[in-house]
Amino acid sequence: MTAPHQSLPFGSLALIAAFVVAVAAAFAYTAGWFSPQRLTPGKLVDAFAPPSGAALGHRRNHAKGICFTGAFEANGAGSELSQAPVFVRGQYPVLGRFNLGTANPNAADATVRVRGLGLRISTPDGQQWRSAMINAPVFPVSTPQIFYELLRAEGSKEANAVATFAAANPEFAPFGDWAKNGPWTGSYAEERYNSLNSFVFVDGSGAEHVVRWSLLPAAQPVAVSTDELAKRGPNFLEQEIAQRVAGAPQRWTMVVTVANPGDPTADPTKAWPADRRSVEVGTLVAQQVEAEPGGPCRDINFDPTVLPSGMRTSDDPFPAARSAAYAKSYDLRTAEAKDYPRTTTGARP
Amino acid sequence: MIGAHRRFTPLQRLLHWLMAACILAMLFIGVGMVSTVMPKYLTLVAIHKPLGIAILALALIRLAVRLRYGAPPLPADLPEPMKLAAVGSHYALYALMIAMPLLGWGMLSAAAYPVVLFGGWHLPAILPQSDSLHTLLWDAHFYLAFAFFALILLHIAAALFHALVRRDGVFETMASAAIYDEVAPAEQGRHAA
Repeated sequence: MTAPHQSLPFGSLALIAAFVVAVAAAFAYTAGWFSPQRLTPGKLVDAFAPPSGAALGHRRNHAKGICFTGAFEANGAGSELSQAPVFVRGQYPVLGRFNLGTANPNAADATVRVRGLGLRISTPDGQQWRSAMINAPVFPVSTPQIFYELLRAEGSKEANAVATFAAANPEFAPFGDWAKNGPWTGSYAEERYNSLNSFVFVDGSGAEHVVRWSLLPAAQPVAVSTDELAKRGPNFLEQEIAQRVAGAPQRWTMVVTVANPGDPTADPTKAWPADRRSVEVGTLVAQQVEAEPGGPCRDINFDPTVLPSGMRTSDDPFPAARSAAYAKSYDLRTAEAKDYPRTTTGARP
Repeated sequence: MIGAHRRFTPLQRLLHWLMAACILAMLFIGVGMVSTVMPKYLTLVAIHKPLGIAILALALIRLAVRLRYGAPPLPADLPEPMKLAAVGSHYALYALMIAMPLLGWGMLSAAAYPVVLFGGWHLPAILPQSDSLHTLLWDAHFYLAFAFFALILLHIAAALFHALVRRDGVFETMASAAIYDEVAPAEQGRHAA
């Protein structure tokens, strides 16, 4: 039993203390408390905020948006690329969100270059395919770290911070060219939305295909100048899409593009050559538009890593970073729900 | 309860050490994953969810085993406050082993995330979608994780205190690798007394 101690066992106590401190230190290191330079989801999310602070209760980016519901009509052709049930010929319910790439939920529509579409397709077995796409043909930068630097440049008070960034990062040029010279349209229904990031599809035989996908609008895009768009009012996109879908369902063809060996699958700033194999896998149909307050999309995180079996992430580093940042944004905004103006004009149109 | 064991049963010891590894890994994975945007984020999340469910299942088995077989008595000469701390901390450890996975599962449910375990394998939602529930459960999951870790540090410190300072056999009730709970001759007399 208990050995009587002649004196206080300082050696043993010190050993115990040292062990406990070592375990605690390893924990703190893992948590990043000794690594202030580590790019955390919180830092990335905070970098979107304007100098006046983030809009509480809203998504930290793509803050302005409007919900829609509809269906994905799979034609069966996707099954040759992926065994995901969503590609089996049939109709699957869709929840989506048209949105603008801005941290300001009250931004005037004509002032925001990037338009996006969040998508959640559900299959009867309970699996989901979530995706968040934008109308830009390529992403501005190649890594999350450089993206963080771009956000910092955009938020900088220095006059030429973005120009300086662009000069230092030539990879930004294709996106910059699109942003400056690409056409603007007057409707969410006339936009092409691109996954930009690559993913891996696994087919029934276990073979893997690195792919990107796009939604090609059935509506004919009509280029409109930003001056003309500005005259249509701050919320013209939401009003237009609500009226348009009320008049008739709006459609997009989903096209999956397959990389050749050696294509830049890890770098979303680089488009793949136009001759790559592409497969039309189905049609997205937007059947009903609902305002975001009270709408079904508000509390959904369109995390692009929520994928059914038969799809997984690739060597592209962005889906992981987006998943981490979207989760952070989701945790923040759901905790701030009281700050979200649920009662604002409701159905705006 | 079956007699006064010198040690925890082999099954209890196995569950303890297996779960010790799982839970420590879980806590490190948890704080690691929420602090990074690197691709390992997805790997860590993909481990965190099924490992959490595994811990929940193991904890329920362990609770049943504990109720069936009990625990060796604490040394009679252990000061009353230490006894109280020992008993209280074990209640808290069991509560956290069971509550933490349920909080995580509930939190994902309240956010309408699919709770994917492996491939297409997923669990049903255990709560309706709700931002207020999500926030409540998220906060509980987050802060209790640190409380859990602190309690484990305390548990380790206490175990080592028994092993190195008091040398009262408490550490050996769980640390022994012996399969049989054989009773030493010297102790037979004590038990009979």
